[in-house]
Amino acid sequence: MSDALQSLSRFLPELILMAALAVVIVADLLTQRRPLKSSTDLLTGITLVGLLGALVTSWQALGAGEAQSLFASMLADDGLLGVFRPIFCLTSIVVLLLSMRSKELEGVRLGEMLALLLTVTAALMWMAGSINLVMIYLSLETVSVASYIMVGYLSSDRLSNEASLKYILFGAVSTGAMLFGLSLLYGMTATLDLYGVRAALAEGAFGPGLLFVLVLIAAGIGFKIAAAPFHFWCPDVYTGAPTPVTAFLSVGPKAAGFAILIRFFYLGLAEPAGGGAIAPVGGADWQMLLMMLAVITMTLGNVAALLQTNVKRLLAYSSIAHAGTMLMAACVLSVEGVQAIAAYLAIYLFMNLGAFTVVILAHRVTGSFEIDSYAGFWKRSPLLTVAMGIFLFSLMGIPPFAGFLAKWYVFAAVINAGLGWLAVVGVLNAAVAAFYYVKILRVMVIDEETGPTPALAFSRLDLGLLVLLVVPNVLGLLFWGSLDRVTEYSQTLLELG
Amino acid sequence: MIPLEHYLYISAALFSLGVFGVLTRRNAVNVLMSIELIFNSANINLVAFSRFVEGALGGQVFALLVIVIAACEAAVALAIVMSLYRVMKNVNLDEAAELKG
Repeated sequence: MSDALQSLSRFLPELILMAALAVVIVADLLTQRRPLKSSTDLLTGITLVGLLGALVTSWQALGAGEAQSLFASMLADDGLLGVFRPIFCLTSIVVLLLSMRSKELEGVRLGEMLALLLTVTAALMWMAGSINLVMIYLSLETVSVASYIMVGYLSSDRLSNEASLKYILFGAVSTGAMLFGLSLLYGMTATLDLYGVRAALAEGAFGPGLLFVLVLIAAGIGFKIAAAPFHFWCPDVYTGAPTPVTAFLSVGPKAAGFAILIRFFYLGLAEPAGGGAIAPVGGADWQMLLMMLAVITMTLGNVAALLQTNVKRLLAYSSIAHAGTMLMAACVLSVEGVQAIAAYLAIYLFMNLGAFTVVILAHRVTGSFEIDSYAGFWKRSPLLTVAMGIFLFSLMGIPPFAGFLAKWYVFAAVINAGLGWLAVVGVLNAAVAAFYYVKILRVMVIDEETGPTPALAFSRLDLGLLVLLVVPNVLGLLFWGSLDRVTEYSQTLLELG
Repeated sequence: MIPLEHYLYISAALFSLGVFGVLTRRNAVNVLMSIELIFNSANINLVAFSRFVEGALGGQVFALLVIVIAACEAAVALAIVMSLYRVMKNVNLDEAAELKG
C-alpha cells in the first residue's frame, strides 16, 4: 500500500493525462447537443491543458530524484522514462493542433479521437517505463488497440477502414507472436521480472532456443517501430489513416517501441560490463539479430521510398528508413547507443512532424496527397516551400540543420563501438535517401503548375505551428550542449548506471 | 500426471495452426479466429509453466490479462470489420486492396 502511494507521487504526468481523459469523456457526453464548433473547441482546450500539464510536470521530473521502481517493480522511473515522457507529450500536442487544421477531420466529432490521444499518450509512457514482461505486453497492447481505432476514425471512408483492418490484423499477429515468445521466455526463466530474467539467463547458455524466442519477441517490437520485415502494414496504414494520426504513428509509438527495445535487450538480456558497456547473457547473439534488422530496414525503406508518388507513402518508407538508422544505434551495446537513440528521437520528432504539417496544410488547398500536386508551390507560397525545404534537409541530415546532429550521434556511437562496416552501410543509405527528399523539393520549386494557382493563405495557428517546428530544426546546432545534457539522463537506466 | 511436454506440444501445434490460418484464409473473420488460436497457444504455455515451475504464479495472472486484452482486441477488430463491410459489402481481404504500391 505504501509502495503504491509512494509510487503515485512519481507518476504525476500520467495522472494528469488520466484526469484530462476522464474530463474529456464526460464533457464529450455533455456537449453532444451543442453545435460542433463550440464542442470541439471546448474538448481540444481541455486536452491541450492536460497535455501541457503533463509536459510541464514531466519536464520538471526529468533528472529530479533517484531512479526507482514503481508499483511493485512493474514500472521504472529512471532517466530513460524521464527523457521519453516529454517526447511523447510534445508529439501529442503537435498532433492535437494538426487535427484541428486537417481537412479530413473537418466536420467530424473529435471527442473520441481526443480521448484516444490522451489514452495513447499515457500508455506510451507506460511502455517506456515497463520492466516486467506483463507490463510490456499490456502497455504495448493498450497503445495498439487505441491506435487501431484512431486509424479507422473516418468510419465512412473506405481507405481509412481498410487501413485500420490491415493494421489490426498485422498488429494482432505480431503481438501474438511476441506473446508466444514471452511465454517461452517465462518458461525458461520462471520469472516475469526483467531483472529476474537477466539473472536466470546469466546462469546458463540457452543458445539457439533463446534466439528463436528473441526472434518472436522482435516481431512484436519490430511491428511497433516499423522495422523490416515487420513493416508491411506501415505504408498502407500511413496512406489510409487521417494525416494527423499518420503523423502521430510515425513518431509516438515508434519512440515507445525503441524505449521497450532498449529496456528489453539492454536490461533483460545483458549485464553491465563496466565503463558503460553491456555484455549479452544467455548465449544468444542478439547483437547480430539487431544488426541484420537494421541493415534490412534501412535499405528496404530507402529503396522503396524512391519509387513512391504519394507523399504519405513516401514519408512512411522514410520513417521505416529512420527506424533502421536508430536500430544501428541499438547495436552498439553501450550507454552511448541509448543516448544516440534518445537524441535522434528528440530531433526526429520535430523534423518528421514538420514534414507532416506541411503535407496537411498543402492538402487543405490542393485536396491531394500526390507529389505532383505540389507543382508550382514556390510561386504560390514561398513560406511553405522554405519550411518544407528545412524539414526535408533536416531529414536528409544536411549540416546546418538539426537532422545532421541526430545522424552524428548515431554514427559516432556506431564507429566508437568498432562497427565500421555498419556505419558505411548507414552512410550509403543516407545518400540514397537524399534522392527522394530532393524529388519533393524539385517538384515544389522547379515544376510549373498547369491549372490556376491561387496563393495560399495561413491562419495564425498554422504559422505558429510552423515556427514551433522550424526553430528546433534550424537552431539545432546551437542547442547541442543542452540536448547533450538532457539525453545524458537517458543513460541512467535503473541499475545499469 | 500429464507431463509438461504434452502441454508444450499442444501449444506449439495451436500456434502453428494459427499462423497457417492467418496466411491462408482470405475471410477477415476467419483470420481473426486464427489470431485467437495464437493468443490461446501462448496462454496454455503460460499456465502450464506456472503449474510446473515451483513458486511461479505470475504466469496465471499473465494468462488472465491476455484473455482480457484478446477480448478487447476482438471487439475492436469486429467493429472495424463491420464498418468495412458497410463500405465494401464484403469482408474478403483480397478485395480490401485499394491501398497498394
